[in-house]
Amino acid sequence: MSVYFPQKKLPYLLVLPQLVITAIFFLWPAGQAVLQAFYREDAFGLSQQFVGLENFVDLFQDPLYYKSMMVTMVFSFSVAFLGIAVALWLAVMADRVIRGKMVYQTLLVWPYAVAPALAGVLWWILFDPNIGPVALFLDRIGLHWNHFLDGDQAMILVVISATWKQISYNFLFFLAGLQAIPRSLIEAAAIDGASSFKRFWDIVFPLLSPTTFFLLVVNLVYAFFETFGVIDTTTQGGPDGSTNTLVYKVFKDGFIGLDSGGSAAQSIVLMAIVGLMTVIQFRFIERKVQY
Amino acid sequence: MIENRPWLRFFSHLILVVGVFLVALPVWVALVGSTQPEGSFNSGSIPMWFGDQGVQNWAHVLFAEAGSTLQIPVWHLLLNSLVMALGITLGKIAISIVSAYAIVFFRFPFRGVIFWIIFITLMLPVEVRIVPTYQVIANLDMLNSYSGLILPLIASATATFLFRQCFMSIPGELVEAARIDGAGPIRFFFDILLPMSRTNIAALFVIMFIYGWNQYLWPLIITTDDTYYTLVMSIKSMLSVPDGDIQWNYVMVTTLLAMLPPVAVVVGMQKLFVKGLVDAEK
Repeated sequence: MSVYFPQKKLPYLLVLPQLVITAIFFLWPAGQAVLQAFYREDAFGLSQQFVGLENFVDLFQDPLYYKSMMVTMVFSFSVAFLGIAVALWLAVMADRVIRGKMVYQTLLVWPYAVAPALAGVLWWILFDPNIGPVALFLDRIGLHWNHFLDGDQAMILVVISATWKQISYNFLFFLAGLQAIPRSLIEAAAIDGASSFKRFWDIVFPLLSPTTFFLLVVNLVYAFFETFGVIDTTTQGGPDGSTNTLVYKVFKDGFIGLDSGGSAAQSIVLMAIVGLMTVIQFRFIERKVQY
Repeated sequence: MIENRPWLRFFSHLILVVGVFLVALPVWVALVGSTQPEGSFNSGSIPMWFGDQGVQNWAHVLFAEAGSTLQIPVWHLLLNSLVMALGITLGKIAISIVSAYAIVFFRFPFRGVIFWIIFITLMLPVEVRIVPTYQVIANLDMLNSYSGLILPLIASATATFLFRQCFMSIPGELVEAARIDGAGPIRFFFDILLPMSRTNIAALFVIMFIYGWNQYLWPLIITTDDTYYTLVMSIKSMLSVPDGDIQWNYVMVTTLLAMLPPVAVVVGMQKLFVKGLVDAEK
């Protein structure tokens, strides 16, 4: 663009609505979060005291915070890995079939539209220790299932629920990526006698690596920040903090524990993590353009 | 496929069918369960085929009350969800299309600063700044109101970013031609730019509608009056009943009703949905 409209006042009028909304509902609360991180409120919320970096010091000396970090890592990487692997497999299969590609796509993409909270409820029903068909089946083959008591099982449940919703997204991007690979490359390899297994690992998978890396970042961001509903409807961070992710802990400490300073300090740490991930994402997109 | 191997094609179809089946399984179980009489869950597993209470259960949840802890019919919650989803969608599209227009087609002092103020919102999802945002809404006396449900979620730059990308690809000659023909910026916006971005707006509409409809945490913390509950968050109050005495058949009906509108949008407008997803990640 090199041609502009000459008006000087109109553009301010045009950006005004968004600026006002951003100022009131974003800058103000974000500023508050930064301030609160350096203050401590008493138990009744009557007085505030400046404590400097103490909230952060407490945070990084709190074993529960490290536990929550570990839980978040395990959860996020499980969701990302499982979601990418299953979606890639399904996309490769869908790319192979000649008829019905669109039908399969339709039948696989709809979970994207289901709210995370509802995904949690749906899988809870399947795994409910009293009524869930899957839990009863597991009981029958000798594996006692109760995700209200067993931390590992609770983690498995939230990972499955969160992954289920994300498979559709990954599937769409992988299918698009597969269709963009030139047929001639694969044909050439086939003429040279490469089996379909070898063709996949030596040609298709390396060519998909930009898509895979992009999806890894997107899936990690999703698992970090958008799975609150899954955890809140199913396990609420329990049992014994085994599914208490960082985002869930911000909510829990702030609203249930009423520790606004500690919660704000956690928010600041999370902001730094989002910032880092956004930078990685943008860097990657720049590279994709060159590619 | 390069070679024609019937068994390989059969195998691919098989895997896909199993995948489709597994993805649909929880919804199938909920659908079947939603037609069972109230007591049928106490005696063990959910029956795997339809019961005879389907019409009664669905009618009860839709028009009478959603469950023991929620004395409000679901059609009211559906309406609330619709207001919230449409409010977020239309509000976001409206404010971001004009601000992107200003940023791309005008040069004015502080343009760069304004750009960054708007775009910094990309860095912080509502979940992260939840406690202070709640306090701001409480200070503004907007708890239990539609504006409280909608406005904070409009403060995000995703749509602005998208429109900016789309506007930047419009050739400068078009603006020049419009100016020579005597069209001012307002005329240009309504007669040229809006018609040109119709598909982009529609794709964004689909994505934003799903985003707005599926909001959970925000309505959960700022509504205490159940006349403002949204459908997705209401599921929480149906599940947190004393003694774990959950009315599963009603929970299942509510869950299915809550996922139906966005799923219908995705399936019905699949092309726009895919375009929206791909655009949003550019």
